[in-house]
Amino acid sequence: MDLLQDISVALQDGNCEKVEALVRQLLSAKVLPKDVLDKGLIAGMNVIGEKYKNHEIFLPEVLLAAKAMYKGMDVLRPLFLKDEIPTLCKVVIGTVQGDIHDIGKNLVAIMLRGAGFDVVDLGKDVPAEKFVEVAVQEKASVIGMSALLTTTMPAMKEVVERLKKRRLDGKIKTIIGGAPVSADYARHIGADAYGYDSVNAVEWVKKLTTQS
Amino acid sequence: MRKLLERLAAGDLLVADGAMGTMLMERGLHIGQPPESFNLDHTDVLEGIAREYLSAGAEIIQTNTFGASRLKLSQYSLEKQVEEINKNAVLAVKKAATERAYVSGSCGPTGKFIKPYGEIEPQEMVDVFREQIGILVDAGVDIICIETMIDLQEATYAIKGARRVSSSIPVMATMTFENTPKGFYTVMGVGIEEAAKGLEIAGADVVGSNCGNGIENMVLIAKEFMQYTRLPVIIQSNAGKPELIRDKAVYPETPDFMAEKAGGLISLGVSIIGGCCGTTPAHIRALRKAVDSCRG
Repeated sequence: MDLLQDISVALQDGNCEKVEALVRQLLSAKVLPKDVLDKGLIAGMNVIGEKYKNHEIFLPEVLLAAKAMYKGMDVLRPLFLKDEIPTLCKVVIGTVQGDIHDIGKNLVAIMLRGAGFDVVDLGKDVPAEKFVEVAVQEKASVIGMSALLTTTMPAMKEVVERLKKRRLDGKIKTIIGGAPVSADYARHIGADAYGYDSVNAVEWVKKLTTQS
Repeated sequence: MRKLLERLAAGDLLVADGAMGTMLMERGLHIGQPPESFNLDHTDVLEGIAREYLSAGAEIIQTNTFGASRLKLSQYSLEKQVEEINKNAVLAVKKAATERAYVSGSCGPTGKFIKPYGEIEPQEMVDVFREQIGILVDAGVDIICIETMIDLQEATYAIKGARRVSSSIPVMATMTFENTPKGFYTVMGVGIEEAAKGLEIAGADVVGSNCGNGIENMVLIAKEFMQYTRLPVIIQSNAGKPELIRDKAVYPETPDFMAEKAGGLISLGVSIIGGCCGTTPAHIRALRKAVDSCRG
């Protein structure tokens, strides 16, 4: 249906009003909410993610598209809750303790939501125990941690170790990212994955949640 | 002391100081603690760092006010102390500098985005910087340094804020670039041409780049800047990209390496050379030596 394509395009333009109107229009035409999400909103965010990865667009365009995506999701969310349609797995995400840089983490949250994941965003300066506690409470499959400061990276190790101590490693997967972080560091601390950018992080979360 | 802009116009090359944050960490700043909290109860440490950079040969010393805008401080619930934090930082550096160096008031990003992609109104951004810069100027800084910007709009509003405070104070404005396959861009997508022209139009007196890159990339960035502006250019390089060794951040570029590569900046005609994250008084001493030997 062309209107689904229109949603994707309006989302890429960051046109909140148009996205919201089109979502409502499709729903009243009895298009399934799941299709509106997958073929409209998620399809649009996929294009945004791809363009961002290739440096065709930058953060402002992604932030605007995300606003439009959230507008559309606000309309869809009550319908999903009512019909109990299963969404993809849950991911708990945050910037680690001692670090208040959240641009990268927010971007990953946007891309994860854009890919259909249920994201619990704990914000910034998140204590290690809180990552674990919330992940358990929310029955999350993955914990995502971000750090911009090299000095705060050891906080990632602490989360991984707390999971191990509670024998939750393997059940709750961990992925880390941020400017100073590397695949080597992920291996070193025993994290399950390292995302070098937001799109790559989503790819990894998909892999982590489908393998087990 | 001769006015900074006169010296730059006459073709002088100045050495600025190096990192603040990494120096504070070595002097007891805890992970997660805002560096500006030292301005409330450890001004002796700030004075000591300023003295070290002075004796290394820096002629421009920055204040520890990078995150001291009301918006940034509010993320640590310190916004009520915005005046004290900015004022104390200036006084500490002035005490050490005693007219031997220019005191530069550092203003970093607020950490918030402007509408439409963020939530902050442009006018609020201007007001936030006007407030901080007003305090810095009243306390006696010689220069304002708006630095580590990734959004040209925010940088522009900061320069506007500075100009509302004073039409005559020298304003330096620097942005932080990433090396992408398409060239150097800030996270917000600002290229060097756009940055150089935009900062100049906004009213900056000195433009350039700090942070984000080691010295070799900085030479490339400086070269591009100088194609697009006639203003004096400032470059403050990181000591490379930090690696974590036994839970400690280690910056790979040594003072000698940096000083050698800084030859590229000197021959390009860059006006101010200093350091950013990971640089130490030893780096500044090496840069000083390189600059002095080039001048013969």
